[in-house]
Amino acid sequence: MSGACPASASRAVVEVVDPGPLSTLQDRGRRGWAHLGVPRAGALDRGAAALARRLVGGGPDDAVVETTVGGVVLRPHRAVTLAVTGAVCAVRVGRRAVAHGAPVTVPAGALVMVGPASTGVRSYVAFAGGIAATPVLGSRSTDTLAWVGPPRLAPGDLLPLGPSGPLPEPPPAAVGRPREPVLRLRRGPRADWLDRTGWSRLDGASYAVAADSDRIGLRLTGPRLERRSGELASEGIVLGAVQLPPSGQPVVFLADHPTTGGYPVVAVVEDDDLDACAQLRPGDEVVLRVV
Amino acid sequence: MLIPSGAPHLCAPTRLSNLPADGNSAPGHARWTMTDVEVVDVGTRACLVEVDDAVAAASLAAWVRGAGLAVEEVVPAARTVLLDGVDPAAVRALLPGWSAERAAVPGPLVSVAVRYSGPDLERVAGHWGCTVEEVVELHTSLEFTSTFCGFAPGFAYLAGLPADRAVPRLETPRARVAPGSVALADTWCGVYPTASPGGWLLLGTTDADLWDVGRAEPALLAPGTRVRFEARR
Repeated sequence: MSGACPASASRAVVEVVDPGPLSTLQDRGRRGWAHLGVPRAGALDRGAAALARRLVGGGPDDAVVETTVGGVVLRPHRAVTLAVTGAVCAVRVGRRAVAHGAPVTVPAGALVMVGPASTGVRSYVAFAGGIAATPVLGSRSTDTLAWVGPPRLAPGDLLPLGPSGPLPEPPPAAVGRPREPVLRLRRGPRADWLDRTGWSRLDGASYAVAADSDRIGLRLTGPRLERRSGELASEGIVLGAVQLPPSGQPVVFLADHPTTGGYPVVAVVEDDDLDACAQLRPGDEVVLRVV
Repeated sequence: MLIPSGAPHLCAPTRLSNLPADGNSAPGHARWTMTDVEVVDVGTRACLVEVDDAVAAASLAAWVRGAGLAVEEVVPAARTVLLDGVDPAAVRALLPGWSAERAAVPGPLVSVAVRYSGPDLERVAGHWGCTVEEVVELHTSLEFTSTFCGFAPGFAYLAGLPADRAVPRLETPRARVAPGSVALADTWCGVYPTASPGGWLLLGTTDADLWDVGRAEPALLAPGTRVRFEARR
């Protein structure tokens, strides 16, 4: 660890050297704009992002960097403290391997290499002081559906940091979260669009994560669910809604989902199981359980 | 250009704060009773309230915003209002206090100037069995109501076209519709805030600033807003 004290540094910036396939800023997302068609966005793995913030003494609304599989390369221009959580990946500062899931103080000008992910999809990088990008409609989150909020990170971007206080006592050891890939479902508002056996067939069914899954939705492929034919008028959609298009292959709506949609929502995923959706890779199997 | 009348940039809660205690009934709005409203749970923290149509949904959404309910999102749509981040039991307790008379307070009126030079004017005239001039005449004579947004931020579904003027969408959507395009589909009118693919029939274009995240009310045509179009050369 470096002896630099980030708490005494004036406003620091972090340079984006290589954003990887997709890196964005995320906080807890924007609330209150769904009626205008603006998705909530926000960190997809909320637990991992919250842990990263806590590790650097940040507040619950601080923005962090969310990476996608390939990781990110950053260079702080001043000494800073950072923490990486979420998808399991190597974290290096210069040529030195440093801890995942713990606060690390990095000297000015050092190259911080996060990833690629070996398990999971999305890693989170939090900085002491938080990333002080200009909020849009009350949030620093990037939404990848309507592209409200800061643009996705690009090489050469300079991320300003807010003022940081003293580091907190380290939180209880970050327990790795070996999660069973199980999504618990409640009946959705249009569960009656499933045929008589459809709902019971969902319980225990195994689906594979499709390659076109993203921050908008986790697309599942597996047993075809027969649904009533016909058209439903567009209606508001919640996070975790399981929509059933005519293909019979369900989609779990994640943070950047459209705010309204016309396919029936047959089920809703339990809120506690949504973080796991952020870390599922194409081809991973998930089991659905009816509660 | 825009000729705002009333307070187009005030958001719904502010508008509703002007509501007289007893409300005033507004003629011309659909009436319905509690028996027409159903509440369907969506998970544990959200519910859908089902109503007769989009105008009723917009009206109910505006009323809910002024009713002091703890709720994160109020999303009107074609026949429902989604209340998200809410206790469904609180919604069920609240709704009996709602009536069409109390909710039907007219929203602000916005005027949108349109150059009627769209590529589908002839097609619309064909569907309506009239001339292009008569299409413009009818479109500028109607008062529309923004009922809900979706598709893209700031894209509002405007109700007000009579049922006998419904038009079908294009069989093959255009790959790119220019921002500011004023368009019809079924009985809806809409204005594209940004360039996007689209299958609606294009009447013309406007320079109105439909979406600006720097404004207190980013959507010019937020749900509840009344809209009139006027012809500009």
